[in-house]
Amino acid sequence: MTLGISWLVWLIALPLVGFFILLFIPARAKNALRWVALLTSLTTFGAALGMLAQFQVGNPALQQVVRQPWVRVGDFTIEFYLGVDGLSLLLVLLTAFLTPIAILSTWSAVEEGVKGFMLFFLLLESGMLGVFLALDLVLFYVFWEFTLVPMIFLIGVWGGERRIYAAVKFFLFTMFGSVLMLLGILYLGLQTRTFAWDALLQQREVFAAAQLWLFLAFGLAFAIKVPMFPLHTWLPDAHVEAPTAGSVILAGILLKMGAYGFLRFNLPLFPQATLQLAPWVAALAVVGILYGAAVAFAQQDVKKLVAYSSVSHLGFVVLGTFALTAQGLSGAVLQMVNHGLSTGALFLIVGMLYERRHTRQMSAFGGIWKVMPVLGALSLIITLSSLGLPGLNGFVGEFTILLGAFRSAVLVTPWFAGLATFGVILAAIYLLTMFEKVFLGPVRHEENARLPDLNRREILTLAPIILLVFWIGLYPQPFLDLINPSAERLVALVQSVALAAH
Amino acid sequence: MSLSDLMMVLPIAFILGWALVLLLVDLWLPRERRGLLALFAALGLAVALGLDLAQSGRSGRAFGDMVVLDNFAVFLNALYLVSGLIALALGYDYLKRMEIERGEFYALLLFSVAGMMLLTQANHLILVFLAVEFLSIPLYVLAGFARPRLESEEAALKYFLLGAFSSAFVLYGIALIFGATSSASFGGIIEAVRNGSAEIGFLTAGAVMLLVGFGFKVAAVPFHEWAPDVYQGSPTPVTSFMAVATKAAGFAVLMRVFLNLFPGFAASLTPVFWGVAALTMIVGNLLALAQSNIKRLLAYSSIANAGYLLMAFVPYGNAQVAGQAVSSMLFYLLAYGLTTFGAWAVVVALEQAEGRGLALEDYAGLGPKYPWLGVTMLIFMLSLTGVPLTLGFWGKFFLFRTAVAAGYVDLAIIGLLTSVISAYYYLRVVVIMYMRPGEPKVRRDGWLNLVTIGTAAAVVLLSVVPVQVLNLAAQAVLHLP
Repeated sequence: MTLGISWLVWLIALPLVGFFILLFIPARAKNALRWVALLTSLTTFGAALGMLAQFQVGNPALQQVVRQPWVRVGDFTIEFYLGVDGLSLLLVLLTAFLTPIAILSTWSAVEEGVKGFMLFFLLLESGMLGVFLALDLVLFYVFWEFTLVPMIFLIGVWGGERRIYAAVKFFLFTMFGSVLMLLGILYLGLQTRTFAWDALLQQREVFAAAQLWLFLAFGLAFAIKVPMFPLHTWLPDAHVEAPTAGSVILAGILLKMGAYGFLRFNLPLFPQATLQLAPWVAALAVVGILYGAAVAFAQQDVKKLVAYSSVSHLGFVVLGTFALTAQGLSGAVLQMVNHGLSTGALFLIVGMLYERRHTRQMSAFGGIWKVMPVLGALSLIITLSSLGLPGLNGFVGEFTILLGAFRSAVLVTPWFAGLATFGVILAAIYLLTMFEKVFLGPVRHEENARLPDLNRREILTLAPIILLVFWIGLYPQPFLDLINPSAERLVALVQSVALAAH
Repeated sequence: MSLSDLMMVLPIAFILGWALVLLLVDLWLPRERRGLLALFAALGLAVALGLDLAQSGRSGRAFGDMVVLDNFAVFLNALYLVSGLIALALGYDYLKRMEIERGEFYALLLFSVAGMMLLTQANHLILVFLAVEFLSIPLYVLAGFARPRLESEEAALKYFLLGAFSSAFVLYGIALIFGATSSASFGGIIEAVRNGSAEIGFLTAGAVMLLVGFGFKVAAVPFHEWAPDVYQGSPTPVTSFMAVATKAAGFAVLMRVFLNLFPGFAASLTPVFWGVAALTMIVGNLLALAQSNIKRLLAYSSIANAGYLLMAFVPYGNAQVAGQAVSSMLFYLLAYGLTTFGAWAVVVALEQAEGRGLALEDYAGLGPKYPWLGVTMLIFMLSLTGVPLTLGFWGKFFLFRTAVAAGYVDLAIIGLLTSVISAYYYLRVVVIMYMRPGEPKVRRDGWLNLVTIGTAAAVVLLSVVPVQVLNLAAQAVLHLP
């Protein structure tokens, strides 16, 4: 069924196949373009399920490895090296899951330049999957940089009023971070004669002396992407100007690439630096949690509010990562998925409101529940999921992270967790305020009185997310089982260095 | 002169002969059939390319050690010849519609190509000087080829004056070196250094003079002032030829002379190279930010690219990385050449008479209106920025690898940060093309389409198999004594 080709290769190739099919469809056949893109992304999701079916739960090692020499130059080899483990599995699934949903959300929102939009979207999917699957540093960098190109077009061509500013800012911020990572990659390659992740892991001692610098070079790229305070300023602009589908992917997946980068590269490759810097990074994460929440509270624009809530929520992910406990790490990975689902869905909802009213100011709404009960009910579930209500997905992730951070030996004091907990409360405040302003109360504006409720396609875009919100919230164990072995192994990798140092 | 001597320079001799024939044919050809002359010139370049490639793998010297042949020369000669072919393709329609089609164009172009090839094969400082003049003088004329236009005349005059100035530096350097070693042949100079009879102070001063002279040719800061004006004023096909072939020739002679003659003086010369490389990267990229004319923007871009190339050459005295430096520079010249020619081809497609159609604003709406041209320009801009899945990415990758391998992390950081700056102005072209509405006027021409699509395809497809390309460059080793 896989024609002897790994599912991982299919995952990267299928969107490209769709890309080439799209090239031959005339631009005016808008529906054909949409259907081909949707079917392509659904097939890709099928491949992701195929990968999941083959995944050995409980095995912490890299699985389904594909390894081919790609560029062999004199003293070193760059490999086409893919693999998946508990850290990346769920992120790959999330990518393949959110892409069709995002495409479905553009059905009526994108009318101009459908062809270009879908072409860039499929390129973006291929690039993102590559980022999560690549295990060779240069290959990783290739995918990492490549995702920039479709994204600037999605923001810059199909975005809002200040789209060009937002697109260029996004590009320059990310590029600034990644060139220093490239320098780090080159240094690693020259020191060890390899770019392969596991080979580098075995030779950690070779570059141990330069750990701190390498950690910073990689960390800057990832911190900008996450984004961590104070490097987050590109995010609100990019989110507000991006089209709905772009925001969904940006918040749902692109930000995770940064957090994933910390997990995959910084922690295992530079363990001493990680231990040394963990309190600092965690402190920035906590500042991000509180700052993001405070700024989110002050927003009048729903989309901006959701954007700043991302800064706050991703702070939890980073905090869990640098707690350096198995719980913290598992929680961080799960929270990445949760945030992708909840915030993705919030952006979808904002998009649905915007399509109807062409504004995102909260003051323009009010009492929407009475007019659109279906949207109201679904939004309530998503809002509660995002603020971490027990029984829904957000709670599981945040709780595990806080637990991990509280017990963390590396962070020394439980104050990090203690302060971060305020973030949960603040999230409840700003999200519920938003919900109240938009959905509750009387219908204050005449224009809102006759808004049509969700159509079948719109319900279909939100339904799969809601399903997962409940599943992860009520029975998270299968998901944690996928993550835990790899998370534990990663913690052991880092801790072994800590023990050796004492 | 024996037959075997001639064989060593056969492509050069052939091009020279062909150029002379072209001048004669031009006299007999009726005015309205000038197009044939371009095809005829192209045929000559193609035959010479075949002769050149047939020489690959051979090496040796000729004319009493005046001339050397090695794979380095074969590689670069092919680059000049292909550059000549592309310049012809760009000029075919351009010269006609700008009403500057004159038969000398083709002969001058061929003379210049022959000069570059001779420069690359030169093994004697006097021949280096002659070849520099030989490649430059036709270019001075070509720069002023759009004659009634003042800008073109200004370009020719500026290029001539500053070119003569730089030639003087080369000559002065040669004189100093001759004084220091009492020889102008590479073999004699190397021998004088080896047996200790050379006067080191004068020799180093001479080397610096040569660096200044070659720095003019490759447009390295602070010897770059001429480039934007000359690039802007010259007819665009000539500009593209200067941006690629002249730069490559400048780097060719730089590599050959410094690697052959001055590896032992690296300690005193490296700081100079370091400073020039850093300045070139910084100044080139910063000044490019302010440009609103596409020709000037690409001119500053070509200055900045010279900086990246120089960065890899800084550790030339380090025997362990010297080979890597040469191969990564040759790879970069190829990647840069393909990309730059493509970008200039798009410029030619949009350029109107009297220098209209050259402002960045004239590119507004190009992407949606002309998808093919837009996508190719997008690819060229991404490649110049160094985004992966283009040849430009691998070019930068190998250059930075050389710099880091030699321990010049500081220089690599300057290079990487300035390439973020460059992302801004390259991205601006993309933003204007795709994100601003407009009605661009485009000249459609089969040869132009061939160049844009051919180079764009090469830039993307070769990036999947960069190692095969790099191996080509890696085999092109310099013949060292």
